[in-house]
Amino acid sequence: MTVSQSHMPGAAEHLLDVRNLKVHFQVSDRTVRAVDGVDFHVKPAECVGVVGESGSGKSTLVRAISRLMPNLRVSELSGDLRFEGHDILGMSERDLRALRRSHGFSMIFQDPLGYLNPTHRVGRQIAEALTFHGKGRSDSQRVHSLLEEVGFSDPKSIAHGFPHELSGGMRQRVMIAIALASDPKLLFADEPTTALDATVQLQVLQTLYRIHKERNMAVVIITHDLGVVAELCDRVYVMQTGKVVETAGTVDLFERPKHSYSARLIELSAHRINFRSAGL
Amino acid sequence: MLRFILQRALYALPLILVIIVVMFTLLHLIPGDPVQALVGDYPVPPAYRQAIEEKYRLNDPFLTQVWNYVTAVLQGDFGYSYQNQRPVLALILERAPRTILLASVGFAFAIPLGMAIGIITGTTRSANTDKIWTTSALIAYAIPTFWLGQLLVMFFALRLGWFPTQGIGPLVSRAHGFDWVLERGRYLALPALAFAIHEGMRFARIMRASVIDTLSQGYIITARSKGLTRGQIIRRHVLRNSSLPLVTVAGYAFGSALSGAVLLETVFTWPGLGLLMVDSIRLRDNLTVVGVVIFSALAVILMNLLVDILYAMLDPRIRTGG
Repeated sequence: MTVSQSHMPGAAEHLLDVRNLKVHFQVSDRTVRAVDGVDFHVKPAECVGVVGESGSGKSTLVRAISRLMPNLRVSELSGDLRFEGHDILGMSERDLRALRRSHGFSMIFQDPLGYLNPTHRVGRQIAEALTFHGKGRSDSQRVHSLLEEVGFSDPKSIAHGFPHELSGGMRQRVMIAIALASDPKLLFADEPTTALDATVQLQVLQTLYRIHKERNMAVVIITHDLGVVAELCDRVYVMQTGKVVETAGTVDLFERPKHSYSARLIELSAHRINFRSAGL
Repeated sequence: MLRFILQRALYALPLILVIIVVMFTLLHLIPGDPVQALVGDYPVPPAYRQAIEEKYRLNDPFLTQVWNYVTAVLQGDFGYSYQNQRPVLALILERAPRTILLASVGFAFAIPLGMAIGIITGTTRSANTDKIWTTSALIAYAIPTFWLGQLLVMFFALRLGWFPTQGIGPLVSRAHGFDWVLERGRYLALPALAFAIHEGMRFARIMRASVIDTLSQGYIITARSKGLTRGQIIRRHVLRNSSLPLVTVAGYAFGSALSGAVLLETVFTWPGLGLLMVDSIRLRDNLTVVGVVIFSALAVILMNLLVDILYAMLDPRIRTGG
């Protein structure tokens, strides 16, 4: 991996530092500015929320940062993206793979069924992501301890099963186990609970929060649900039409929203249940 | 799994019965006189007609004929071909291995060929590579097999003289061991090649579409985020998942290929089931026609069963879902 000089003040204390990120798509003869000049950073062991409604560019933001863009017609992808000082956009595929394999960043997704291979056993899909495949402790032992970490009491049978045999919440926890297999310093969670039942949402978020604290792992949660942000995140970015309209500490945002859009989002989510009372 | 197989096999039984009855009925409805066909362009002597009709029980009531035929077939007696002067079953058993050989060798080349082209075109990031292969495959697929067969004969057999033009080789061969295989192989090469090109291009198109579909799935993004290499992703996550549609199509295609590649067998005078079928229809050798069709139907049903089993092996969702 190429070690570049950190050139920005404060960059050293940031795990992830994004300056002026632009992602534009060419849709027929129109340019869609999905992400339009976003500054974004994550400190080590911090939990950051990115909120905004559908189409605000929040998913595109994390896809671009993690270099998992779908093959759409990207007409512009620019900005200064640094993970521990390494330039992400300029990074070779090989270096990028190394970062994904160990101590870099991982990602979980909204629809865990679609993001798990239906023809492979769960254990195999986790083992495939292990940092040092086939070294030290045996793969299956490490897979089992990962499954225990995400809250399965019977890891053996889960590892032997197929994704379609699990419930939605179990699948999402399997996804988390896959993401944890590379011991990441940063986990991107793209709408991790949107596709789940309310009660299951809570379990998955609790699991995510516990792991975040136990591992001292930074987490970026993309969501349109301010309730999720309120419970888990230290800081929040509010996005609207490709731009960050407000960034603040979670408490500050809820008590003194500066931007009218933030205020409206908070108002809309006010009726949502407060799930801290449910045992977080 | 065993229960799954037995269940599918049990479903096939009534289907076979219906096919036998329908085929026999259809042939009976076709106008024309089998005794006249036997004699040719001469008036049939009444005594001869009577003898034939008695021998083959042509004047029994229709339902009796159907019943007799069905019970006979279920006992392995497909009747007697009065054109060939041999039992129909013996004819089929003589011809079938040749057709099976041609189809198997053709498929043994067509499937890897189709998969390779499909994966190359489906995974390439170069639009030109994709275009060149896709267009060539489409053109090759569009060429009728009988014409392709003749082109191959003209070039490889007549001009270059590498392969014989037709047939399956000498009836009595003096070659032994590997030489014998080589000798048979020379006769098999051109028809199998024509077969493989045609079917292979069809498989290539299906495989390409399937690969592209698989690549757009979420678990490919998961695989990328795990830090797998491109080759690992294609081998572990694309290959098996995108083979599923190919298994279906190839299985059905093989089933119908077992009834004889009629045009190809005609072009190469390959004496398999296809050629037997054509000859029997021309000669109004009804029992042989029905026999071949029943055999073909059995082959298709058997292949469908195999496809189901293979599918269940490749896709765990079917095993528990079914």
